Amino acid sequence: MINNDRSLIATERSLIVHHHLQELDTIPEIPKEEFILKCTSACAGCSDSLALRYVLKAAGPDTVLVVPACCTSVIQGIYPNTAFNVPVYNIAFASAAACASGMSNAFRAAGKKTNVIAYAGDGGTLDIGIQAMSGAFERGTDFLYICYDNEAYGNTGMQRSGGTPLGARTTTTPSGKTDNKKDIDAIIAAHDPPYQATACAAYPQDLFKKVTKALTFRGPTFIHILAPCPPGWRYSTEKSVEMGKLAVKSGMWVLYEREYGKLTIGAQSKAAIKKPIPLEEYLAPQGRFKGIDPKTVEILKQRIAKNLAKLTAEEAAS
Amino acid sequence: MKKISTGNKAVAEAVKQVVPAVVAAYPITPQTEIVEQIAEFVSSGDLKSRYIAVESEHSAMAACIGASVTGIRTFTATSSHGLLYMHEMTNWAAGARLPIVMANVNRSLGPGWNIWAEHTDALQERDTGWLQVYVSTVQEAYDATIMAFRIAEHNDVLLPVMVNLDGFLLSHLMQPLDTIEVGDFVPPCHLPHAIDVKNPKGYGGLTGPDQQFRFRWDMERSIRDSAKVIKETEKEFAKRFGRTYGFTDDYQCADADVIIVAMGTLGKEAEVAVDLLRKEGIKAGSMRLRWLRPFPKLDLKGKQVVVIDRDYSFGRGGILAIEIMAQTKEEVFSVIAGLGGQEITYEDVADFVRNRRMGEEFWFGVTNNV
Repeated sequence: MINNDRSLIATERSLIVHHHLQELDTIPEIPKEEFILKCTSACAGCSDSLALRYVLKAAGPDTVLVVPACCTSVIQGIYPNTAFNVPVYNIAFASAAACASGMSNAFRAAGKKTNVIAYAGDGGTLDIGIQAMSGAFERGTDFLYICYDNEAYGNTGMQRSGGTPLGARTTTTPSGKTDNKKDIDAIIAAHDPPYQATACAAYPQDLFKKVTKALTFRGPTFIHILAPCPPGWRYSTEKSVEMGKLAVKSGMWVLYEREYGKLTIGAQSKAAIKKPIPLEEYLAPQGRFKGIDPKTVEILKQRIAKNLAKLTAEEAAS
Repeated sequence: MKKISTGNKAVAEAVKQVVPAVVAAYPITPQTEIVEQIAEFVSSGDLKSRYIAVESEHSAMAACIGASVTGIRTFTATSSHGLLYMHEMTNWAAGARLPIVMANVNRSLGPGWNIWAEHTDALQERDTGWLQVYVSTVQEAYDATIMAFRIAEHNDVLLPVMVNLDGFLLSHLMQPLDTIEVGDFVPPCHLPHAIDVKNPKGYGGLTGPDQQFRFRWDMERSIRDSAKVIKETEKEFAKRFGRTYGFTDDYQCADADVIIVAMGTLGKEAEVAVDLLRKEGIKAGSMRLRWLRPFPKLDLKGKQVVVIDRDYSFGRGGILAIEIMAQTKEEVFSVIAGLGGQEITYEDVADFVRNRRMGEEFWFGVTNNV
């Protein structure tokens, strides 16, 4: 029974991924080699697995993933099997960055260039893992920290996190979140890393390029990936890529890079700044925003406008 | 080479001998001098290690775990609240079968803020799968730290080892120290399950109810096997360097009617108390427990046993006394003394024996308790 369910999920997901791939197969720089093998236990339409697929294609085989408690610790499979074809070190919730810090130092002490990638969710980054992450960045650890952000505690069944946006319903904010999403990118920027970027699972080519670039730097780098989540955001499973694109087009999510402090806003987000789609187009398909108070939508719009103005000014200044 | 050293510096000197590739640590009184001294060795180039000045003890252990699983040698040191803060990760280190060595400077737990000696910190780590040794002199702190690496990294063990020394009473005590050239006594670290990107594996992922207990049993089997490795290591150490250690440090036990059992510096005080008592015609002996895990078989048959606990399990009793009562049918007089650095002299220890009331518990210094 369980096996049947799983194969159904796997089939559905592979169809979505396949559809998506047809577009990407024409992009020569993305390697065909797969590091996420078939039959992970991810939910249908999971954009975390989609994002990780391109992260690993960019990073290649000389890579170790350090994964704290999050969806990715679940979807890699159950002992003695694993669906990931790079070494994965699973570690307790608060300690991905600290563990990766020790690992990176050990590899460098042994003269190895192996990529160390901490791959954590929004809870493990914005909330419980923030102290260890801040410490690792302050110490100049040679690693890439990726936060894939599905805006709630996903594998425990969607509880509010620091990444949950204002107005979103979760199981612990049943009437909608009353607080704003924590600006982790600004917190990272305060550590002045050589490279940081935002990305979205719906734009894998952009993500691939950013991961490739991040891994060329020595020192701590950060990529924050928006990862739409069908069961958590309550939209139908075939819409993950569409949801990511709506997030960017509405300005709710902004794609940019900051290299040695110089900010560059991505072309997709530049287009959104010029001519954004109404925020309602992004909110409406999502059950988590069902019945959201129009006043809250207004506040969200104001925050988007403020954020876009801030980033535009920073880009112009740098 | 002979010198005068504190317990803390002796631990750092031992670490210098075995050269861990990574040391990740966070300062805490009274452990601070260990990490300062290691940082000094690294800075001066006397120790070719990477020193990660982490932002917390939780991260210290996490960093040691991340470093150790690449197959290299690691070390950290902590105390009291630092040890408790890393509790989640001490479990992880043992479960991940990583031979991390840690010095823990035993200190009381708050509130209130009390920085003095107590064993409750380490005893709250009793069930994590770490091997635990308690030392009583500066020389022993040095020797035990060196041996800890060989024991932890032995492929029949592959479990972390905690070396415990009493806060201030030993950490800051100056005593003679004879340092050694370790040579091949501690062979290079070889971790059979080290991360290999050419042979990628998942570590510590989802493990079902049909498998998890097998890993727990494997830990138990290894900690039992570690007894043999400890014996062999201490024997080899004695042969090469001339200093002898065992699971217990026995003093005048053979013909004794009453035996004092204690850990750490209290175990040394007990030896002086034994001399006093023997002069009075009381046939006393002292059995200083060195290894708490694995717990040795103690030969207490036919003896009265006075156990001194510098620790407590609320609602149950002195932790060492509970351990001993679980193993022997002999009557135990359980003394709770030295909590939060409460002063105990060898005279006090002799009094515990003189006034012993078998089968009872006694809190030293508490009014109307005697």
